[in-house]
Amino acid sequence: MIVYYLCLVMFMLGIYCLIAKKNIVRKIIGIVIIEYATNLFLVFIGYKHNGIAPIITPEMQDNIPAFAAQSVDPLPQALVLTSIVIGLGTLCLMVALAIRLNEKYRTFDTTEISSLKG
Amino acid sequence: MMVETLCLVFLIFAIVGSLIAVETKNLLSAVISAGVVGYGLSIMFLYLGAPDIAITQVVVEVLALVVLIRGTIAVDNISIGGPRDTLPLFVALVFFGVFVVLGVIALGDMTGFGNPMMKVSEHYLLNSVKETGSSNVVMGILLDYRAYDTLGEATVLLTSILGAFVILRRQGKKEIAEKDYEHVGILEDE
Amino acid sequence: MSNKSKHQDGMSLISKTISSFMTALIALFGFYIAFYGHLTPGGGFAGGVIIAAAFILLTLSHSKKVSLKKFPDIIASLLDNFGALSFVALGLLGFLSGAFFMNFVQKGKAFTLLSSGTILLANIAIMIKVMAGLFAIFVGLSIFGRIVAEGEKGDMR
Repeated sequence: MIVYYLCLVMFMLGIYCLIAKKNIVRKIIGIVIIEYATNLFLVFIGYKHNGIAPIITPEMQDNIPAFAAQSVDPLPQALVLTSIVIGLGTLCLMVALAIRLNEKYRTFDTTEISSLKG
Repeated sequence: MMVETLCLVFLIFAIVGSLIAVETKNLLSAVISAGVVGYGLSIMFLYLGAPDIAITQVVVEVLALVVLIRGTIAVDNISIGGPRDTLPLFVALVFFGVFVVLGVIALGDMTGFGNPMMKVSEHYLLNSVKETGSSNVVMGILLDYRAYDTLGEATVLLTSILGAFVILRRQGKKEIAEKDYEHVGILEDE
Repeated sequence: MSNKSKHQDGMSLISKTISSFMTALIALFGFYIAFYGHLTPGGGFAGGVIIAAAFILLTLSHSKKVSLKKFPDIIASLLDNFGALSFVALGLLGFLSGAFFMNFVQKGKAFTLLSSGTILLANIAIMIKVMAGLFAIFVGLSIFGRIVAEGEKGDMR
């Protein structure tokens, strides 16, 4: 049970980085840490004691109920798999925005990028 | 029990890594520490019975590191100093309080580590080979039972890639844009 | 003289030689991961990212010109759209046999490559989409961003 609370701690580290830091790249790292914590929490939920991976081999073919009783939960894994790839796509979008902002204002500091003009 | 101890060790490792990523001065070391956290996560996924996610996490981590280093190396390494604003810290503290209370309440109602509630997954595990023909149950869920999710995922990926392209590609159209500005009478003050 | 100038863009000779044939092996492994995704761990996402990483290795070790000659960015963005559209088309074709994303292909013997009908096709579509999209975004980040920066700031190193 303590691993769940440690996931919360990691999530809060990401939130702190997102709110309190001024550097844009540091904020992106905060979002990445939040993604890590969420994915890890979802996989923790699906773990079963002495569980095996949800992949059926030809030897288990005749005894599928025994496999189903032993396997870990495959549903959170399927959702996390899409979440990881989406995270990469949004990361690329954020880095592109940061590069363009840096080109225009010559800084990563968000307090100096205050004069937004069309 | 063994897996839980291992996960505890790696999770503490990941938290220390993210602490370094948040607090260190150098941007490049911050990016590399975030990458270290990702690799630690992938080892945990391997022990938790999720080889699909472990493979994906390792490969995605490589690309994310390359992209992030590309973003940070483009400029001189500037560490932003100056006094800290008190308002964001205050907001963060208030948020921590709310989040801790809500999180403890929510986690108290959950089944413990290692005893998942598998109501829907029971059906998937029992019938995946028969109904979809896929012996990897995760792929069976992803591309057959819940293909709508994957469709949404593909849409998000397409949109983010299109957005990044639109943001990045502006050379070649700049001259036309300047002519337009002159024509209308707006001059960009740089 | 030409030999020397050839070595100047990109990394050293050792990393070029090794990476030029490691690229093919990495791409082959990516194809294996994607095609056997319904039998072993892996799948279209991981396979696509691995193939994109192979091209990115080529870009980093050689110059941009070498990898863009092998895989032009226009083709990459076209393939990206093609992958997404073929995934949607796979779902729409399911209407012919009943419902959206219905598994309409005749399923083969279990635990073989052709055992799972549309899952194999969907894996291939997603592999094409993820590979082309990620390579295109890397090219965009490394070329479009860098030309402007080099023109204004001179050499970056």
